[in-house]
Amino acid sequence: MNDLMSVVDWSRAQFALTAMVHWLFVPLTIGLSLIVAVMETKWYRTRDEKWLKITKLWMKMFGINFACGVATGIILEFEFGTNWSNYSWFVGDIFGAPLAIEGIFAFFLESTFIAVMFFGWKKVSRGFHLAATWLTALGVVLSALWILVANAWMQYPAGMEFDPAQMRNVMADFGEVAMSPVAVNKFFHTVLSGWVLGAVYVIGVSCYLLMKKRNREVAVSSIKVAGWVGMAGILLTMWTGDGSAVEVSRVQPMKLAAMEGLYRGECGQGLVGVGILNPDKKPGDDRDAMLWGFEIPKGLSILAKHNPDAFVPGIDDLIDGIELTADGDTIHTVSYAERIEAGKRAQTALADYEAARKAGDDAAMALAAERIKADYQYFGYGYLESPYEAVPPVGLTFYAFRIMVMAGGYLLLFMALALFMVYRKQAWLDKKLVLLGGLATIAIVWICSEAGWVVAEVGRQPWVIQDLMPSRAAISSIESGSVQFTFWLFVVVFTLLLAAEVSIMVHEIKKESKRNILD
Amino acid sequence: MSDFSTYLKSLPVKVFRFYLDGFRSMTVGKKLWAIILIKLAVIFLVLKLFLFPDVLDRDYDTDDAKADAVREHLINLK
Repeated sequence: MNDLMSVVDWSRAQFALTAMVHWLFVPLTIGLSLIVAVMETKWYRTRDEKWLKITKLWMKMFGINFACGVATGIILEFEFGTNWSNYSWFVGDIFGAPLAIEGIFAFFLESTFIAVMFFGWKKVSRGFHLAATWLTALGVVLSALWILVANAWMQYPAGMEFDPAQMRNVMADFGEVAMSPVAVNKFFHTVLSGWVLGAVYVIGVSCYLLMKKRNREVAVSSIKVAGWVGMAGILLTMWTGDGSAVEVSRVQPMKLAAMEGLYRGECGQGLVGVGILNPDKKPGDDRDAMLWGFEIPKGLSILAKHNPDAFVPGIDDLIDGIELTADGDTIHTVSYAERIEAGKRAQTALADYEAARKAGDDAAMALAAERIKADYQYFGYGYLESPYEAVPPVGLTFYAFRIMVMAGGYLLLFMALALFMVYRKQAWLDKKLVLLGGLATIAIVWICSEAGWVVAEVGRQPWVIQDLMPSRAAISSIESGSVQFTFWLFVVVFTLLLAAEVSIMVHEIKKESKRNILD
Repeated sequence: MSDFSTYLKSLPVKVFRFYLDGFRSMTVGKKLWAIILIKLAVIFLVLKLFLFPDVLDRDYDTDDAKADAVREHLINLK
């Protein structure tokens, strides 16, 4: 058991490391591709050489990021096959389609449109080049779409049926998988946050150019484009974030409770704006959840249900199961003890199915399959020994959510300020403190982006597939030593990769800052 | 038609030259291509070949055998 948990923990750490490093590159690719496309469009429409040079500057940064980031996501697929083989088999039929489509998009994107973008100057017409740039931006987004569809399915499994003969979930309705409300919201929230990250990067680097006092026009023009992209991005990210909260409250209420550190909910539930969790608090005890907190009255009910008087369940409510009517809504949840019983019934039925299969008893197999189907929605709970195992790490989820939201609020102000300065108060762009603030925001936007990932992925623990498969059931029968070895290998390789990207980017930015880009 | 077939025949050469000229004219390209090639070599020649086998593909030949193995594991996991 200890060895098993060690394999699970190391595999989770390895996957988290790989995904988080991969996620450093992806949003910048999404955001910069759009900004470059907008800049090139300005060149196409105005024929002003300034915009061509600005486009080429940021396209170079896009290229460096793309080169360093490309293929890092493939390692995640390797980990599926090696560390998470039960999971890979269990979901294979669902994941196959989105990931295959993603592979096709990525292939065409990388081999065709990006090549035209970088190699096509003076070889193809201006219109064709612009089309290639926009198609690259579109391809990046579509590529992300299928990964996010697959991820959303893990958070909200829909559109499939479990086939005990194949021992895997079989796709029943592709539309339900691809267009589930969770997938749609996740897609827009993630891609739009990439716009913000790309915009902050452009504004931050432009601040550096301003500090060097050589390329003011390039910097100001870049901030204007990035400022509008970033403003649109942050407003729409907040809007889709609101949609995400509604979806999470509907399909993953335990995650929402962990995000809020909420153990006992009420009608008109407040939202903790800022707070410190009580580290001694455990589910089911009578301790206060918060040591200190500033609460927005009725905030969580509004956020999660769009109804100031709605009931929002807490962790203990969900574990115990609740049934009550609040403002016209009947809330009924099955207690976790009942879910565990149902999960164990489904697993017993699976064992009976296997025994009947070995005995060649078709009638018994059909009966067992019916019993599995009846309790399948709680299949994963059968692996839990206690309802409390279904509670995600509250502290990490709670603080990551606050970091994301507070950084998001700051980024809204940042974009407003950036636009205000370039259009109304350009003199402020001479103040070193302002420029340093712009530069430092590059770090903040990445922290915000990674914090969002932590909320989404840590908040759904212990599930690899919500309610159907916990992490420890998803793991392969492998030695923990080999996972530890590859974990540390990745630490070294990823550190080198990031160092290479940062050093090449910094070198190029410094080089650009020392010449007149518009000459 | 003959013009079209001539165009088709010359297309691979044009595409090859397009990429070759592009690589030659890149300014940051050498470092980036070194990174890409080293990374792809590490990913596919080291990680995939030696450290990240597909466990089910390695241990079982057929889909039925893989399904049996996963079923067995998930039934007996405590």
